[in-house]
Amino acid sequence: MSAKWALFIDVAKCHNCRNCYVACKDEHVGNDYPGYAAPQPKHGHDWIAIHTHERGEAPMVDVAHLPTLCMQCEDAPCMKRDDGAVYRRDDGVVIIDPVKAKGKRDIAGSCPYGAIWWNEEAQLAQKWIFDAHLLDRGWKEPRCVEVCPTEAMTSAKLDDAALQSKVKGEGWEVLKPELGTRPRVFYKNLHRYQKCFVGGTLVAAANGVDDCVEGATVELLKDGRVVATATSDAFGEFKLDGLPPDGGGYELVVNSAQRQARVAVELGASRYLGTLRLETV
Amino acid sequence: MKVGLVLKAAEWVMNFTAARYPVFEQRIQERTAVVQLRLRGGANGARHFTFGGRRVTSARGLHAKPDVVLTFKDAEVAWDVFKPNARRIDAVNHAKNFSIEVTGNDELACWFTETISIMRAVGWKLGTDAGNGETRMLNATNSGPVFVYVKDGRIVRMTPIDFDEHDPQPWTIRARGRDFSPPRKTTTTSHTLASKSMVYSPDRLLYPMKRVDFDPNGERNPQNRGKSGYVRISWDEALDLVVSEIQRVKRVHGHGAIMNSHSSHHTWGNIGCYVSAFNRFMNAIGYTKMVINPDSWEGWYWGAVHHYGYSMRLGAIEPYGHVEDCLQEAEMIVYWSSDPESTGGSYGAFEGTLRRMFARDIGIEMVHIDPHLNYTASLLGGKWIPIIPGTDPALAHAIAHVWISEGLYDKKYVAERTTGFDKYSDYVMGVEGGVPKSPEWQAAETGVPAHTVRALARKWGTRKTYLAAGGKGTTFGGACRSATGSQWARAMVCLMGMQGLGKPGVNFGNLQYGAPIDLNFYFPGYGEGGISGDLETTGGVVQMVQRQPQLPSMNIVTQRITRNRIAEALLKGKTEGHPIDPKSSHGQFMKFGYPSPGHSRVRMMYKYGGSHFGTVQESNKLAEAYQSDALEFVVNQSIWHEGESKFADLILPACTNFERWDIGEWSVAGGYSHHNNCQLNYRVISIQHPCVAPLGESKSDYQIFLAIMHRMGMGTYYGEGLTELDWCRLQFDASDLPKRMSWEKFLERGYYVVPPEDMQVSPQAVAMRWFAEGRKKDVPEPHPLPAGNSARFREGLQTQSGKFEFEASSLKMFDDPGRPPVNKYIPSWEGRQTSELYTRFPLQLLSPHPRYSFHTHTDGKDSFVNDIEEHRVLVDGYYYLAARINPREAAARGIAHHDLVKLYNDRASVICAAVITARILPGVVQCYASSAVYDPIGEPGKSPDRGGCVNALAPTRWQTEKTSASAPNSCLIEVEKWTQAPAAAAAMSDAAGVAA
Repeated sequence: MSAKWALFIDVAKCHNCRNCYVACKDEHVGNDYPGYAAPQPKHGHDWIAIHTHERGEAPMVDVAHLPTLCMQCEDAPCMKRDDGAVYRRDDGVVIIDPVKAKGKRDIAGSCPYGAIWWNEEAQLAQKWIFDAHLLDRGWKEPRCVEVCPTEAMTSAKLDDAALQSKVKGEGWEVLKPELGTRPRVFYKNLHRYQKCFVGGTLVAAANGVDDCVEGATVELLKDGRVVATATSDAFGEFKLDGLPPDGGGYELVVNSAQRQARVAVELGASRYLGTLRLETV
Repeated sequence: MKVGLVLKAAEWVMNFTAARYPVFEQRIQERTAVVQLRLRGGANGARHFTFGGRRVTSARGLHAKPDVVLTFKDAEVAWDVFKPNARRIDAVNHAKNFSIEVTGNDELACWFTETISIMRAVGWKLGTDAGNGETRMLNATNSGPVFVYVKDGRIVRMTPIDFDEHDPQPWTIRARGRDFSPPRKTTTTSHTLASKSMVYSPDRLLYPMKRVDFDPNGERNPQNRGKSGYVRISWDEALDLVVSEIQRVKRVHGHGAIMNSHSSHHTWGNIGCYVSAFNRFMNAIGYTKMVINPDSWEGWYWGAVHHYGYSMRLGAIEPYGHVEDCLQEAEMIVYWSSDPESTGGSYGAFEGTLRRMFARDIGIEMVHIDPHLNYTASLLGGKWIPIIPGTDPALAHAIAHVWISEGLYDKKYVAERTTGFDKYSDYVMGVEGGVPKSPEWQAAETGVPAHTVRALARKWGTRKTYLAAGGKGTTFGGACRSATGSQWARAMVCLMGMQGLGKPGVNFGNLQYGAPIDLNFYFPGYGEGGISGDLETTGGVVQMVQRQPQLPSMNIVTQRITRNRIAEALLKGKTEGHPIDPKSSHGQFMKFGYPSPGHSRVRMMYKYGGSHFGTVQESNKLAEAYQSDALEFVVNQSIWHEGESKFADLILPACTNFERWDIGEWSVAGGYSHHNNCQLNYRVISIQHPCVAPLGESKSDYQIFLAIMHRMGMGTYYGEGLTELDWCRLQFDASDLPKRMSWEKFLERGYYVVPPEDMQVSPQAVAMRWFAEGRKKDVPEPHPLPAGNSARFREGLQTQSGKFEFEASSLKMFDDPGRPPVNKYIPSWEGRQTSELYTRFPLQLLSPHPRYSFHTHTDGKDSFVNDIEEHRVLVDGYYYLAARINPREAAARGIAHHDLVKLYNDRASVICAAVITARILPGVVQCYASSAVYDPIGEPGKSPDRGGCVNALAPTRWQTEKTSASAPNSCLIEVEKWTQAPAAAAAMSDAAGVAA
């Protein structure tokens, strides 16, 4: 079993520096790599795209960035054609043949991840090629990995067994697994992008003023059943994460020594509940 | 006799080289000329060279009609110059003592000596074979060195430097049972990776141009600057024009009538930098100097300095040993107006990023105080404390209030290492003034709940804490650039003075600085003057004066104008300012006026580099100034046609650093950013190859200056007969590099990585530890200067007492109502407390250092960076600057994501694209400063700018009356949806296009 390339993206480590995005433009705009890719138009093509998702409101906001690119699917919809215009190399990289694909606009529409772009001037469908042209010249990793300052993107050339072991062992997942295209681009911490949180700040009276309540137990209940718990920090803050969007009604119960609070929470998107005052029971 | 042989041999070698290298054969055929070399005594020892054919000929004796004559005092002098192992210092000394003279064609003399130099260099290998017909060359940028892959004379790509087996291994720090080592490569940024798009930008200036309605001998039409188009002219016409105007203005108006103007940064490289070639050139002309205010330091320089010194660093603290100390000892990092993930130590890309992530992973807690959930905060997480802009000092005083109330500060340190604490304590506790600066007191100002302040103060008072105040840990943007900037910086150092600054785990910093690299190995920073030969306004006096033999330069004009008073000086004919003086804490008090006694008003401007429309406050006035008749002539030397170049009478096209020779170490600035390279994981010193030929008719800045100097008879003085590669060699020889790598190897490989310190043999001293422990200073910075100590040299701080002063002695000697000796909260003169203005303009505009461009560099220009929608947003075919606004404020104004919006106040209107984000507090709008594009849709200076120069909205008022401290972050605006049809705006804008 020959080894194949895979890309790993930790969403929690991406801070949208855009190095990968610009490096991809640097690599392809104005450069023709016959057999691999025709030049990328200077504007309008995001072969590596970065999507941003914000949650919450001040002072409890977090932001996730989700880079998407050609997923190098094992069962790629773009390859389901018999003209040889799209093929997978032995090392797993999917290539749209810049000659055979000429004029075939349907290739651009075939990607369920929106990772293929139509070049009107060249009449070509184009996408990120894992820098196969550089790997073939002995480069150790694609440029997006080389320039990533947070190590949010890493690459590896693994056989199937090693890949499966890594994916299971380290908890990697794919985008839209329901499509069944078996991408070779894996993600971690997708909840930051896909799930919701409920958070708040707990205070209580002390010596005539309000102070933050640290160490309070916070429970989130759905239909009377506890679905998440957290403990408040020194700023009185708690955050219950990983909740499904549009989760509907919950009850939040806070307990700290002799004090308690109960709040009904309606959850569409993520919510910061503001300052909750604990009263002595 | 010996000289005669060498000169005869020179003929042979030139012809041999020409036969072997077509490029050199071409060189010697460039000129038809006779070059006479002779001794003073007469024909004996004389030889003349004749150029013009495919080969050089030479003959003994004197030629009847030589084009240029180089006369040496005697054979000994000539031998010093021509001997095979000649030393540069001998040639320079002979020139200084007039033992060598040049008569005849100045330019030809340089051409001859440059030809000899080119002959020596012609065979040297530049770069390495990268396969596929590509050569891998080296260059360097404001965010690090790059490999530049070149094929068929075009740049293919640029990458950061991946180290190979010849490069050293990384350093390792062990902290809390885990090891940290940086990866074996340099980091870089989007704006560096976009360099190719800037080299080949459609906005490149490719030939000299003159404004169509500018007639130096008739109507100059200054009122049309910024509106009229341009016509292409030849280099000869352009050079004749600039030279005749320089000479006319000096003759007609006299001393000080010419002024310079330049951006704070430039393309990378010690030769091409403005501190270097431009400085040398302007000194040779004599000029009214534009004084840069310390706009990234501001509050630190004008405020913090008075409590603890560090004037050499403009108020920033010494940064040594921070990484190891912080990772091993600190329990918390408080980032206060600090976003190193966006500002990257100015030139340090993402060198500190993995250190900060490691710190979080080993359990160091993170707190972020900022009106914006900045990129450092969103990456690292931790507690975000959003604060109303400009009120930060009130929060700081309240933290001190909790510490004093609850005894949570270092009483021993305060007693032994500081003075004046009682007075500060009296102010904070309300003993003086009657108002305790309690958490409840500050809540109304800052918007930060009192309970949050108490929680923060208690945590901080009981944990070893690093305070990251500003992008670099101390200084660099944010809160220091507001009306309360000096107060804030003063408050920051006072808080650390209470917590034992310098003790293990207690320091300033955000892990961007203080890596354990070898700082004893010397390579000059650009601030040391490059080739300027200027010892008055550069850091060259420290090392380079002995290390680099060259002819000196100095400006004979003492008149000065502060940068953001240029418009006022030109329009009103009168202004004043306070200087940057790194020598002492007191130099800043020395007010200067314009015009200076006995000086001319400014009549000509030599503008160089990036545009000020996007960087100085109230820049609409700059358009007005340009269009007044105050300036008779404006020349703009620029790489791109943008911003200010559209207000010039004459445009001289410069090339980028990728098209000329240069040399530099990344991040090393020298001067007042001493050891700025200590933020790096690896020191990388690189040659900067001319990767491709200059585009069009553009030339390197150096070549432009040299050509002007030749026409003024100063070419041999300015250029000393050297090529740009020779100047690079002089920098190389002046450094410690020759001990490690040969020049030829350096040119081929392109870079050298300085191995890190052996931390066992040479542990790095930690900043201020010496002070905390009452020892002699042991960090490698030459400051305070010998006279700057009140006691013994290298013992104590730069303050009058030698201790940390809560009550500043220096401010007691100078009456500035905005800077009382004990730091006090004085609300901003433009903010939520200024109710009349706030009613009309209820939003506070923040304009921080940009994340995706390096100031104006990389912005605009059809750069790849334009496509980053957090930077610019493409709307109807035009790239508008992103303006971040809270969802609540947007909804109240009917503004949707990426709608065009007008930001306005009484000073200006700027059209941006709205980016709706919960990361910014309600009541605040944030746009990056430093738009390269100034694109008024109507009359320049009087109509909305769609280029994004948001600084035009900001006030020019100084932070306090007796400073030159800018305050762009104290700016009230209103925002409304922009509904004018885009096509109409475009049509108005295009009316000011280029005719040629």
